[in-house]
Amino acid sequence: MTQQEIQAPFPGMFYRKPSPDEPVYVEEGQVVQVGDVIGLVEVMKQFVELKAEISGTLVSFAAGNETVLEAGDVIATLEVSE
Amino acid sequence: MSIEVIKPGLASSIQDKGREGKYHLGIPPSGGMDQRSLIAANLLLGNPEGAAVIECALMGPELRFNEARKVAACGAEMTPRVNGEAKPLNEVFEVPAGATLSFDFVKAGARLYLAIEGGIDVPERLGSRSTYTLGSLGGLNGRTLQAGDVLHILPAHGHATLGRCLPDSLVPMFSKHYQLRVVPGLYDHRLMPESHKRFYEEDWSVASEADRIGYRMKGGTPLSFVEREPPFGAGDDPSNIVDACYPIGSIQVPSGSEPIILHRDAVSGGGYAMIGTVISADMDTVGQIQPHQKVRFVAVTLEDALAARARYQQDLEQLRQMP
Repeated sequence: MTQQEIQAPFPGMFYRKPSPDEPVYVEEGQVVQVGDVIGLVEVMKQFVELKAEISGTLVSFAAGNETVLEAGDVIATLEVSE
Repeated sequence: MSIEVIKPGLASSIQDKGREGKYHLGIPPSGGMDQRSLIAANLLLGNPEGAAVIECALMGPELRFNEARKVAACGAEMTPRVNGEAKPLNEVFEVPAGATLSFDFVKAGARLYLAIEGGIDVPERLGSRSTYTLGSLGGLNGRTLQAGDVLHILPAHGHATLGRCLPDSLVPMFSKHYQLRVVPGLYDHRLMPESHKRFYEEDWSVASEADRIGYRMKGGTPLSFVEREPPFGAGDDPSNIVDACYPIGSIQVPSGSEPIILHRDAVSGGGYAMIGTVISADMDTVGQIQPHQKVRFVAVTLEDALAARARYQQDLEQLRQMP
């Protein structure tokens, strides 16, 4: 098992939900596949979907819903089974 | 030669020094938001200082070069990588034929300028190659870059020298907390005196929607305007005026809540009171502020602003004289 961190590709506001009254994209402990949306980062009037680049278990979120991110900040940790 | 856009980045657009002299027709100047970095990247390569470059906002693109070409990247700190190998900022390097140029996360600043020897070959529109996205004008089809775009590059002139770099004294310094100098007016008399004072005493943070049109600020105390009967032609909101021209750099505060600094893609006029104008010498700095970073406004006189403009012109002259 190796752990991989998902980082913010650019600065902005992080959202775990597609809209305020919908459930989160991914719960902690959930298994994600390549291409699954983990959250949104909003900047310059654009919402960019953050997608898993490898499959694994999303162990934990380091960034909460509606937190401000700098580029490179850790958003979540994935556990990848070899 | 040409360059293929593999990944476009967030809001990458083709910009030059802008189209001057059309604002009275509603066409804003556009052009690089940090003019000094755009000019520096071109001059490093021996390009004309206003050659068209790629302005990369907050996240760089991924580009494939079909032929070898020298490039220079100035402005925001995003490490360039050629086939994964790190290359310096503010220095001429070569991208070999077939290689991919990408960029790391932005570490400081907001906009990087990627100049390519010869410059980007898109048609001039109203005297400029700059992209004005709201008007679908200039650049590549009047829009930001998309995956699959092919950028044609003008012939290499052969004056670019590998390893030529900006002297340290001309490399910009970035921060997370900026001071912006403002000449108060023309409508600051519409503000209540305590609001006028407080505007310059508080930190404002850049809102996430800040872009080439304007930089919206949040987090300060809402401003109050002096009570008045709206004059004929003005809206009912106390922040409204009879429509007037908006200078680039002017600060409007719709309903007194969130100040907006207009930048190079701004609308040319409207009905909001402008309480001050960021001086021209500080507009490059505005373009390098990331969302959520802090700003303090500092009131200066017109004489201060003109002296700062003269110093800014001297800095550009130093770039032109660079060895």
